[in-house]
Amino acid sequence: MARSVTPRQKLINTTAAWTIGLLIFFPILWTILTSFKTEAQAIAAPPIFVGFDWTLENYRTVLERSDYGRFLWNSIIIAGLSTVLGCIIAIPAAWSMAFVPSKRTKDILLWMLSTKMLPAVGVLYPIYLLFIKMGLLDSRAGLVVVLMLINLPIIVWMLYTYFKEIPGEILEAARMDGATLRQELLYVLTPMAIPGIASTLLLNFILAWNEAFWTLNLTAVNAAPLTAFIASYSSPEGLFFAKLSAASTMAIAPILILGWFSQKQLVRGLTFGAVK
Amino acid sequence: MGQIQLKQVTKSFGDVQVIPPLDLTIQDGEFTVFVGPSGCGKSTLLRLIAGLEDITSGHIEIDGKDATDLVPAKRGLAMVFQSYALYPHMSVRKNIAFPLRMAKMEQAEIDRRVNAAAEVLNLADYIDRKPGQLSGGQRQRVAIGRAIVREPSAFLFDEPLSNLDAALRVGMRMEISELHKKLATTMVYVTHDQVEAMTMADKIVVLHAGVIEQVGSPLELYRRPRNTFVAGFIGSPKMNLIIGQEAAKHDATTIGIRPEHIDVVESNGMWSGTVGVAEHLGSDTFFHIHNTGLTDMITVRAIGDVSLKHGDTIQLNPRLEELHRFDADGLRID
Repeated sequence: MARSVTPRQKLINTTAAWTIGLLIFFPILWTILTSFKTEAQAIAAPPIFVGFDWTLENYRTVLERSDYGRFLWNSIIIAGLSTVLGCIIAIPAAWSMAFVPSKRTKDILLWMLSTKMLPAVGVLYPIYLLFIKMGLLDSRAGLVVVLMLINLPIIVWMLYTYFKEIPGEILEAARMDGATLRQELLYVLTPMAIPGIASTLLLNFILAWNEAFWTLNLTAVNAAPLTAFIASYSSPEGLFFAKLSAASTMAIAPILILGWFSQKQLVRGLTFGAVK
Repeated sequence: MGQIQLKQVTKSFGDVQVIPPLDLTIQDGEFTVFVGPSGCGKSTLLRLIAGLEDITSGHIEIDGKDATDLVPAKRGLAMVFQSYALYPHMSVRKNIAFPLRMAKMEQAEIDRRVNAAAEVLNLADYIDRKPGQLSGGQRQRVAIGRAIVREPSAFLFDEPLSNLDAALRVGMRMEISELHKKLATTMVYVTHDQVEAMTMADKIVVLHAGVIEQVGSPLELYRRPRNTFVAGFIGSPKMNLIIGQEAAKHDATTIGIRPEHIDVVESNGMWSGTVGVAEHLGSDTFFHIHNTGLTDMITVRAIGDVSLKHGDTIQLNPRLEELHRFDADGLRID
């Protein structure tokens, strides 16, 4: 029997959902609003919600003081390359785990995931030393590798889950139909897994874009991405909330726009397999 | 051409041997059915022939050539899967054309063959649809279409009708049989349904725990089952198997009599019992008879709509010339 929803219940559900949604979104909205205030209005008590003098002054100052383009470019390179590199490694890995599993496959998957349970700061010292020794400090190449490694367990897990959903018989049918391994992957498996692969790439890109711990600790100037750009506006001499907000807004804007246009894909990918 | 020969083929998964050494020859053009209860190794055997599983030891020859180490694609066989295994992102046309594309056939020839297959299988109206928009029966036809366009030396069917409803199953059974008559290509068909085996096969291979119990034509298996397993498995309803004193009277450990070979008589029957459940099919009626003192239950077939009520005491006469006798090892005594 289908569950019946009365109009009253529907109203309650809708209101609750919107309330929770707005609560989650509020900090971001507040940041965006603050970025258009003067420094005085930004720290005014009680806080001013919308009735302030809208100004673009903060953005002008931020753009004058820092080279936004360079930070943006570093973010794109680091997030993009670490995602691509991660996928190149994760696709074959997830493939073999899903279709030719061994007795230890489950153990390997869990072990990989367990690395995510370790606080990042726990390995900061050894990795920092390694970076010094290898001359990778403040280099984009070093960050690409580190971020790729950090997100690899998640990519492998996600792809493994998507591939598991694809019935093995279809791949066997392709084999019977004369497809070589390359053709089987190219014409049958990849087209079927594209929603999964796309949402994995997207999620990984977002995670890498927002990653702050390693990007702040391992970069100074040359390889600093947008997270470092934000951090540069929270100085010990006094906080400039309006300018900090402007920097934050500029840092999250590209990923927010990307997320907005791909939300359908992202939601579909994240709930893939949950509902058939 | 499509002769398949298995020579001392075995298959083990880890330490478990699912197929002990097995020899079998499937003649060119023959419709061979592997039948047996679930877990008897029939699907595994088919997958070994297809090359989807590697054999542990022995040899497989196709058309006299050693195919033991050939990949599936090089064996010249086509397979129809239980789940249809269609490519969900391709239209019916592309699904059927896929093996031809893989073989790098010319587009004109691909089109000709795909259209011909669609015509034969009544798929022309659906040719541009995706598998998701088709019914179960139509999907199964697409799967068959994908198999026939390759003009393989043999077709392998892995329980192709188990996902269809009863009415459709009977229809598809006929279609596959007719296809076999038309193409005259070797077909190897796996099923757990002995009715499918009896109605379609030229040759039935009865499997039990990876061992071939008997190979023969449907009527050979029905008339002369080699052992008690085949006797109990082939025929519907099942043969009545009786042990003990009654069997000893006939110098056997077990005797078997089919439900259709027992007559209900007014008096002086060899056996008597009380009527339990009656299954009225119209053309036939099957009675479950209890308290015969022979075995828990005897099934009797009466032709037409016979009116016997639950609890009636009746007399039975087995036709002695139709009696099957088996020894202590369960093997047939002639």
